[in-house]
This record gives sequence, C-alpha cells and structure tokens, in this order.
Amino acid sequence: MHQHSQRAVAASAAQTAGHLASQNYGDLTFHGWRRENGRVGVRNHVIILPLDDLSNAASEAVAHQIKGAMALPHAYGRLQFGKDLELFFRTLIGIGSNPNVAAVVVIGIEEGWTKIVVDGIAKTGKPVTGFGIEGHGDIATVARAAHAAKHYVQWASELQREVCPMSDLWISTKCGESDTTTGLSSCPTVGNMYDKLLPQGIYGVFGETSEITGAEHLCEARAATPELGERWFKMWQAYQDEVIEAHKTDDLSDSQPTKGNIAGGLTTIEEKAMGNLEKIGRNARYIDILEPAEAPAKGPGLYFMDSSSAAAECVTLMAAGGYVVHTFPTGQGNIIGNPIIPVIKITGNPKTMRTMSEHIDVDVSGILRRDQTLTQAGDALIGMIQRTANGRLTAAESLGHREFVLTKLYRSA
Amino acid sequence: MSIPQCLVHAPHDSCGVIVVEGLKGGTDMLCLITENDTTFSLKALEDIPIGHKVALKDIASGETIIKYGEDIGRAIAPIKKGTHLHVHNVKTKRW
Repeated sequence: MHQHSQRAVAASAAQTAGHLASQNYGDLTFHGWRRENGRVGVRNHVIILPLDDLSNAASEAVAHQIKGAMALPHAYGRLQFGKDLELFFRTLIGIGSNPNVAAVVVIGIEEGWTKIVVDGIAKTGKPVTGFGIEGHGDIATVARAAHAAKHYVQWASELQREVCPMSDLWISTKCGESDTTTGLSSCPTVGNMYDKLLPQGIYGVFGETSEITGAEHLCEARAATPELGERWFKMWQAYQDEVIEAHKTDDLSDSQPTKGNIAGGLTTIEEKAMGNLEKIGRNARYIDILEPAEAPAKGPGLYFMDSSSAAAECVTLMAAGGYVVHTFPTGQGNIIGNPIIPVIKITGNPKTMRTMSEHIDVDVSGILRRDQTLTQAGDALIGMIQRTANGRLTAAESLGHREFVLTKLYRSA
Repeated sequence: MSIPQCLVHAPHDSCGVIVVEGLKGGTDMLCLITENDTTFSLKALEDIPIGHKVALKDIASGETIIKYGEDIGRAIAPIKKGTHLHVHNVKTKRW
C-alpha cells in the first residue's frame, strides 16, 4: 500500500547523515543478561509475586524492606477455575519466567497454588522460592520472604551484561489512545522496524483481537499459510460470536473506538483497525497464533496473540509470553508502562508532543510534516530499542508506570 | 516541499486527515496522497481539528466511506466536499 511513499522515503533518507539504513541491521548488538535457559533479558528485576489478592500486602511489605525488589500486586487468584485459571497460572508463571526477571519470590495465602507458580518458573532454571501465609501470618511470612529477597537482590546485582546480537530480542507491539496520526506515522514506524529486524531473527508479536475488526480480511491474508489464516479467522470470528455478539451495545459503549480515539479523529472501528494493522509492516507474515500469555514455540518470526485491546492487559499478556521490549505507538497520549518490560512510546501527533512529551520516547511527527521519512522513523525507533535494551529508562519507567493487569475470562466460582 | 495540511492514504479515498493544528475554514489546503506522493489542493469549508477528517468529494447519505483504499463505514447524512467528516455523519457497519 505504501510502496511509493517508501521510495520517496528512501530518496530523502539518503540525504540524512549517520542514519542506520547504511548499516547492516544484522550487525547491531546490545548488552543484555543471558539467563540460565539461554534467553536474554534487558532488565534485571527481582520480583515479589503475589499468588493472590490477599498476598499483596505481604509482597509489598517485602519490597518495601528490600531495596531493589519490586512487588507486583494484582486483583485475582482466588476461586478461579477452568480456562480462566489456566490463563491466570500461565500469566503469573510467564511473568516470573520472563528473562527481564533475574529471580522471583512468590507469596500466596496457601502453599498448594503457590507451588504451582514456583514450579512453573523454576523450569527456566532461575532462582525462585515460594511462601505460604496460612499457619504463619503476614509478619513471619514477610520476615522469611525478605531474607530470600535480600539474597536474590544481592546475587542479581553482581550479574553482568554481555554483548548480544539484536536477534536475541523479543519485541512486542500494541498501540493505544490511537488517532488518525497513528495510522499515518507511529504504527507504520513500528511496521518499518519489524520489516528491518524480523529478517534478522527477532521474535515479534501483535494482537488486539477486537481491534482487527474491519481489517480482518487483510489480517487473514497476512498469515504464513492459508490454513493458518483460516485458523486466525475462526479465532477472530469466535471472539465476535462469543464476546461481542453476546454483550454488545451500540458503538460498544464508546469502547471501540474509545472516547479518546474519537476526540483524536477516529470515527469507526474499521478505520481504527486499518491503522492498527500498519504495525506489522509490509513484508512479515505471522507464523503462529498464540493463546493469551502463551510463549511462542515455532522459532523466530512474527506471531499473533489472541488478546484484549486494553493497553495494560495486552502488554501484560505479551510480557508473560516472554517478550522483553514493547513498542507502543500512541496518538492522543496513552501513558501506560509495565513493571518488568520497558514500554517505548512513539507518537506522530505534534499536539501530543507539545502537551505531554514527558510520556514519549520517539517523536515521529516529522512524518506528518514530510520532513522525516518512514525509513528514518523506523531507524530512530531501532536506535531507541537498542538504547533501551542497553539500559536507558523509558519515559514510562522513569515516571513509575507499572501497570500489571491480568486478563480474566469469566467470573470466579 | 511546503508542509501539507492534509494527508490522504490512497488515491481513491473519499476522506483525508488534517495534520496541522488550528486549521481554519476557507484555507486552500495542500493535500498529499502518501501512497504515490502526488499532491492536490482542496478548500476547507470549515474549521477542522488536527487528526480529524475532511471529505474529499460530495458524499451521499448511505454511501461507503473509503480510507486506506478500504471500507471504513457509511455516511448517515450527506457530506459536502471540504467539510468535517466524523461521528456526526459517519457510522460503523459493524456494531
């Protein structure tokens, strides 16, 4: 669709000194932590992971006591069952297993489910210990868990970064508070990055099942095989039938598009979906469909994850799938972050740059003025991914955004 | 090239996006089609905020709206060329 503009882009990119296009993207490296299972992280967190809502207080007390440990409070973990419970465990185990996490302390109200999460994370080979509160109380549990956390924090502080090829990066994407500028600039910037880095062997992922509505024929066609495209379409249709049709209201109660989208000029879900799909670039084809929070298992390439379009839910699911850096195009200025993976914000909206620039890592508003080409914007994003992987804190990290939001499939028992 | 006030994704789109702040009615806009880098001019008939869309032709009620060369919904009122095209005159064909 944008082949012509990419030609124009290449012409003026050649005039820009020092841009990455003159390099071989395969030669790019970063400094990361190689974990016990061979995966590479770009952060070195020690996390205190509550199994359930009841254990948030003890987890936060441990993180308060032990500097450098981070608690991840959340709202669930009690009386879930069936597929909803499977997703819950997959999410917690995936977050603990993410290579951005060096070591984990799990605290739960009882030891049975706590052990399920501990055993799941232990498969990575990283240090992990669990504590149950029942029979001990909060205070004794906090003391026991704090000793473990102190040991982990000191141990992790001595782990060294090493030079790793860019192909060791798993880079996810999801956009938010989109407007018409995202489809024109920030989403195609992410697409340009994927067009350049996927051939180098990175893992990519996109999702947002409801937000493909209107572009489902195009998304189906981007599957690696017709059979996979058919599977994708069935998954999308199932979401329409089981969730949308069962619960829908006129205009989905201003949820798709959102009030923010509409204020930014997006009119319909079809229009929003077209912009959304710009994130996967021109060339890549997705090679598998992941369940929410599922880790990819078919090698390097682009994946689709069946996920909510709500920012914090989607990014949390992708982090649980093992992705270590997230690219987040925004138009009106979504401010989301994640506790364990850096979320890089990209905007092309000059008004958002003017009014809330502290939330933005990569400014691609030059695309709208036609003084920045798409390939230059893609290179600027790749440069920011590299700097972020090397340790630069994102806007969201420096502002303390740690949105950790679990996706729930249905009511608890 | 001067800075365009309006970007259009594809040649047959019936709407374009205003990409400058404070666009006033009466402005002769430079419009650029990003797919093939061709330009044309269009008079905006009213103030349109940045990020919002302008109709590139007269559109009848019920007509399909094209952006990215694709169907993005339908007009629920007649829309005059050069005027604001948004939720007051366009609706999804989905939910």
